[in-house]
Amino acid sequence: MSLISLKNNWLFYMGCIVGLFVIMQSSFFIIRSFKQGEALGMDKSLLKRTVFQSFIFAIVPSLAILLTIVTLSKSLGLNLPWIRLSVIGAITYEVPAASSAASVYGYGIGEAINDPVAFSNIAWVMTAGSIVPLILIPLFFKRYQSKLVYFRENHKEESELYSNALFLGMISSFLGYAISGSESNGIIYGSIISILTLVTSAIVMICCGLLINKKKIKWLENFAVPFSMIIAMIMSVVFFRYLPEVISTWQFPGLF
Amino acid sequence: MNIKNNYDEKTHFYGRLWMIAALLLILAVPLSISIRLDSWPTLGEFLKAYLPILSLFGPIALIEITTYGPMLGNAGTYLGFVTGNLVNLKVPVSMNAINNAKVKAGSEEADVISTIAIGTASITTIFILFIGVISFSQIMPILNSEALAPAFANLLPALFGGIGVVFISKNYKMAVIPVIFALLVFIIYPAVPVGILIPVEAIISLASARYLRKKNLI
Repeated sequence: MSLISLKNNWLFYMGCIVGLFVIMQSSFFIIRSFKQGEALGMDKSLLKRTVFQSFIFAIVPSLAILLTIVTLSKSLGLNLPWIRLSVIGAITYEVPAASSAASVYGYGIGEAINDPVAFSNIAWVMTAGSIVPLILIPLFFKRYQSKLVYFRENHKEESELYSNALFLGMISSFLGYAISGSESNGIIYGSIISILTLVTSAIVMICCGLLINKKKIKWLENFAVPFSMIIAMIMSVVFFRYLPEVISTWQFPGLF
Repeated sequence: MNIKNNYDEKTHFYGRLWMIAALLLILAVPLSISIRLDSWPTLGEFLKAYLPILSLFGPIALIEITTYGPMLGNAGTYLGFVTGNLVNLKVPVSMNAINNAKVKAGSEEADVISTIAIGTASITTIFILFIGVISFSQIMPILNSEALAPAFANLLPALFGGIGVVFISKNYKMAVIPVIFALLVFIIYPAVPVGILIPVEAIISLASARYLRKKNLI
């Protein structure tokens, strides 16, 4: 029996401990936030609605995170990728980190790794690189945040403006990112597919907005973003299926 | 002011405690693997794999803290950076919650909303991952099917198309320069890592907002 299937039962229990930790930490801060919200005079029903909306919102992206576990499970089994994606992890980091560590021993990330030293090194590299924020934040975040708070208290209007600007910066990055298309498991999903997906999501959101504002369908507020996301994802399957391959796999060439 | 200051002070205190606990727990994982398997990589083997990763993701971590920290809020930062998956879940869920709650971005109320959103999303992810792992053989053939592959490959455009419409429609003047810049960057060099572009776009967006404000255009 291979290393990754036989010796991972104890890792499963580690994963459960990690999961419990995340639940405890999240619950702690949620409860504190509820208390602070009440102290600020916020409506409790608003806070509860935030919980519901966020739960719905998180389902589909969480399924995508589950798929990252699948990618890594071929070489590392289920439990280590599960632990890594539960804390700090992100596909953009975990896959390169695992690849880098596996390559030291001549392995690739697509093959089962039964060498215990290689497996151990992969675990160390995946962990060591990802803990940088956990060292930096306790050291300097308070000082950084206090400067932001000072600015917020003395420049209230500008503070909101710049907060919105930050969000817009991030959104703009992903709007542009749609041009590049993507690749997954060796299959190219071209620029046209990602642009159409983005536009579909935007159109659905506009329709939801009209229904919420004009037809007063208030319950839709909780589901507008998940709806736009899911419908756009479904349509990406349709676009990819029915567009000619030369169009569906075409990626914007760029100048470089 | 006293309530807020006390809350912020305690948030930093608790946030640091939880973060240090998370650090110890996370380090316990590879340590337990090495002990259990009695297999220890040499320092050379570790550094050979680790240094390239650190050289790239170390600066990115610093940039992410300075960029996402203001978006996530105080407690949201301590929580979000422990649970990870910032760009594809924690930041969007925070943005969405703040927008739906109709509170001012950057305000104390936004901090509360953001923390609740991030905490809820973290718990949701934990449960979904747990269910997925224990029912792996039943769920994975469906999720991993060729038919659904385009859907998950295009998750980010699907997510940000809808969110983008909401934010841009409310701040369309501010959005012009950052959107045009992003489009130009990807037209010129489509392979640019989006994680590197985000902080650049943040700076451009801030500068553009400041300029428009000075010209009384917003």
